[in-house]
Amino acid sequence: MKKLSSAADLERLRKRILSRRDPEKICISVCGGTGCHAYNCEEVVKALRKEIRIQGLNKTIELKQTGCHGFCERGPLIVLHPKKIFYQRVSPDDVSEIIAETVVKGNIIDRLLYVDPVSGEKAQIEKDVPFYQRQQRLVFGNNGLVDPTNIKDYLAIDGYSALAKVLFTMQPEEVIEEIKKSGLRGRGGGGFPTARKWESCRSAPSSDGIRYIICNADEGDPGAYMDRSLLEGNPHSVLEGMVIGAYAMGADDGYVYVRLEYPLALKNLGIALNQAREYGFLGQNILGSGFDFDVKISRGGGAFICGESTALMASLEGKVGEPRPKHIHTALQGLYGKPTNLNNVETWANVPLIINRGADWYRQIGTEGSKGTKIFSLVGKINNTGLVEVPMGITLREIIYNIGGGIPHGRKFKAIQTGGPSGGCLPESLIDLPVDFDRLTGVGAMMGSGGMIVMDEGTCMVDIARYFIKFLTEESCGKCVPCREGLDRMLDILTDITEGKGKEGDIELLEELGGVIKEASLCALGGTAPNPVLSTIRYFRDEYEAHVRERRCPAGVCKALITFKIDAEKCTGCQVCARECPQGAISGEKKEPHIIDQEKCIKCGLCHDSCKFDAVMIL
Amino acid sequence: MVNDDEKVKTIVDKYNGKHDSVIAILQDVQSEYHYLPEHALRVVASQLGLPLIQICGVATFFKAFSLKPRGEHTVTVCLGTACHVRGAPAVLDEAKRQLGIEPGNTTDDMRFTLETVNCLGACALGPIMVIDGKYHGQMSPRKAKKVLKK
Repeated sequence: MKKLSSAADLERLRKRILSRRDPEKICISVCGGTGCHAYNCEEVVKALRKEIRIQGLNKTIELKQTGCHGFCERGPLIVLHPKKIFYQRVSPDDVSEIIAETVVKGNIIDRLLYVDPVSGEKAQIEKDVPFYQRQQRLVFGNNGLVDPTNIKDYLAIDGYSALAKVLFTMQPEEVIEEIKKSGLRGRGGGGFPTARKWESCRSAPSSDGIRYIICNADEGDPGAYMDRSLLEGNPHSVLEGMVIGAYAMGADDGYVYVRLEYPLALKNLGIALNQAREYGFLGQNILGSGFDFDVKISRGGGAFICGESTALMASLEGKVGEPRPKHIHTALQGLYGKPTNLNNVETWANVPLIINRGADWYRQIGTEGSKGTKIFSLVGKINNTGLVEVPMGITLREIIYNIGGGIPHGRKFKAIQTGGPSGGCLPESLIDLPVDFDRLTGVGAMMGSGGMIVMDEGTCMVDIARYFIKFLTEESCGKCVPCREGLDRMLDILTDITEGKGKEGDIELLEELGGVIKEASLCALGGTAPNPVLSTIRYFRDEYEAHVRERRCPAGVCKALITFKIDAEKCTGCQVCARECPQGAISGEKKEPHIIDQEKCIKCGLCHDSCKFDAVMIL
Repeated sequence: MVNDDEKVKTIVDKYNGKHDSVIAILQDVQSEYHYLPEHALRVVASQLGLPLIQICGVATFFKAFSLKPRGEHTVTVCLGTACHVRGAPAVLDEAKRQLGIEPGNTTDDMRFTLETVNCLGACALGPIMVIDGKYHGQMSPRKAKKVLKK
């Protein structure tokens, strides 16, 4: 492949690629995100490949393994283009029928369709599935169309056209101006206006003219995986955004800092980098414009704190990932002391979209202060677990009920936690809150990178606060005292409360400690760490009080405060629980109600799990 | 041991002795040995001309590194938030009981290492337990017991 050396070259290549593609040709797109991999989608792909070969359909069917389609709950997913027939929970056994019935004869296989649990209606095509219907998948939607390991797929959907536009028709300042006009804010958590960062980095003095840009893919928030899915599924969109940013800021080197736990993202990004270099979208004299820029991949070491910009840069330099005070911004002195700009994966992926469709178009989406869409990972006690991309300003209710399909097993919604470990828990009374950066911060939570964890009445809010503080205690780098010692103390107090050793004044002490840690910590980790405690106290104080005053866990979670008991009315004496119990704590005659010896019980829950008659109660 | 030292030297050489490659070098050493043996850390330090304490600092700071040898099989329980609210702590308790070790440790016969992870990003399957890279989804203490018994 000869490097492309002008915008015209690129357009010629695009035309050639498109002319060889028949839009009416049947294309089977199999979701190959990490979620579907866990469901063994690989086996489905193998079976499809084999069946297509056996049937001699190689020429008429294209098989494509793409990145994540988002609807993780129903994987493995396949979409049959061009009609966009949507099949879910596909197993290798279904494959021959799919080829024989749907591909050859055009018949729909009923049992593979998605059935809406609320209306009972079946959806034949992807966009009729309620989960997708309410979304606006501008950034994420292309995942289902491209094979991430084939740059031609990205070129076929107008890939790198924004880059050509920027390099040949815009001055760097104009690019920054366009991003400023679009109102794009950082998707990594802070929500800082992207163009302001770019401007400072561009205008910062650098003695040798060296500037760096970084893509932050150290997605450490548990329960959030949108950045990974973008890198896995559409790495070129992120790279294109980075090259545009590099041009705007005058940077020559870029880094992508990827979490080590994301092997597929690392692999696909590596392939994309090589292809981009081969085609001339990276390296010397990009597209013949005279602009040079290249990107390196850096694997993280598994530290949550390295998502913080200064800690990430320390880690890139091969040092311990500790943050430093930001009296001097990294835009002025960042990596190796040079002006450095860091943006999150999703932010970079928004850039080509804004350049291609214009800031005026982009501004129409979203709210006053938050423009565009945001990808959330909707997880926890929710029917439709998955990645959802919605316009800013959508309400929590719409996300949870219309897209997420509500709470499983008909249980009651209790809270939604947004913003990762240092976000906040919001109660049912705030369910009609429009979601944007400022409104979430206003109620004591935050946007963060976009994790949304739904909780039902079976979730204890003190336990969840303790969970987050324990996480943050382990991940605190230990450099500053308020975060290191303060979080440790908070964890002690929370542990006491969940173990029934809480005392009067504990709740107030937690509030006070939380205030100090927020004020006095060095970096954003400590500065936001008390949020889960403060927000749960703010909205669920009665639950804390029940633990402290009544030694009771209303949700039935905290082990020290609950007892397992067998309901004599329901127990059939089947003896399953007695066999399961590791302590030998359950006794009773066959076909007679059993009893649990509380002295021996370690509250492991195996009896509760194994009982088919719901006879084991948690009190 | 001499051969081993050569192996580590080859890894270091790949990075042209650059100081900013410490993390990448240690990652490669770890994929070779499945942990970071002391002699390897010493070789890395002397080859890079950095004090040993700086290498140890990096090796102990990042979670990806282990200074202890690992077992033949790795059992990982996901403790991400989604898995937590769906009952991961009880699954971990059961794994601890079955293997008789705390997370981060290896059984005496060197067969199993028990680990926890803060999110695998396959939340639809939560709670998740991974054994040697194979995902076991929608775990309960009872299912965990069955899988581990095998």
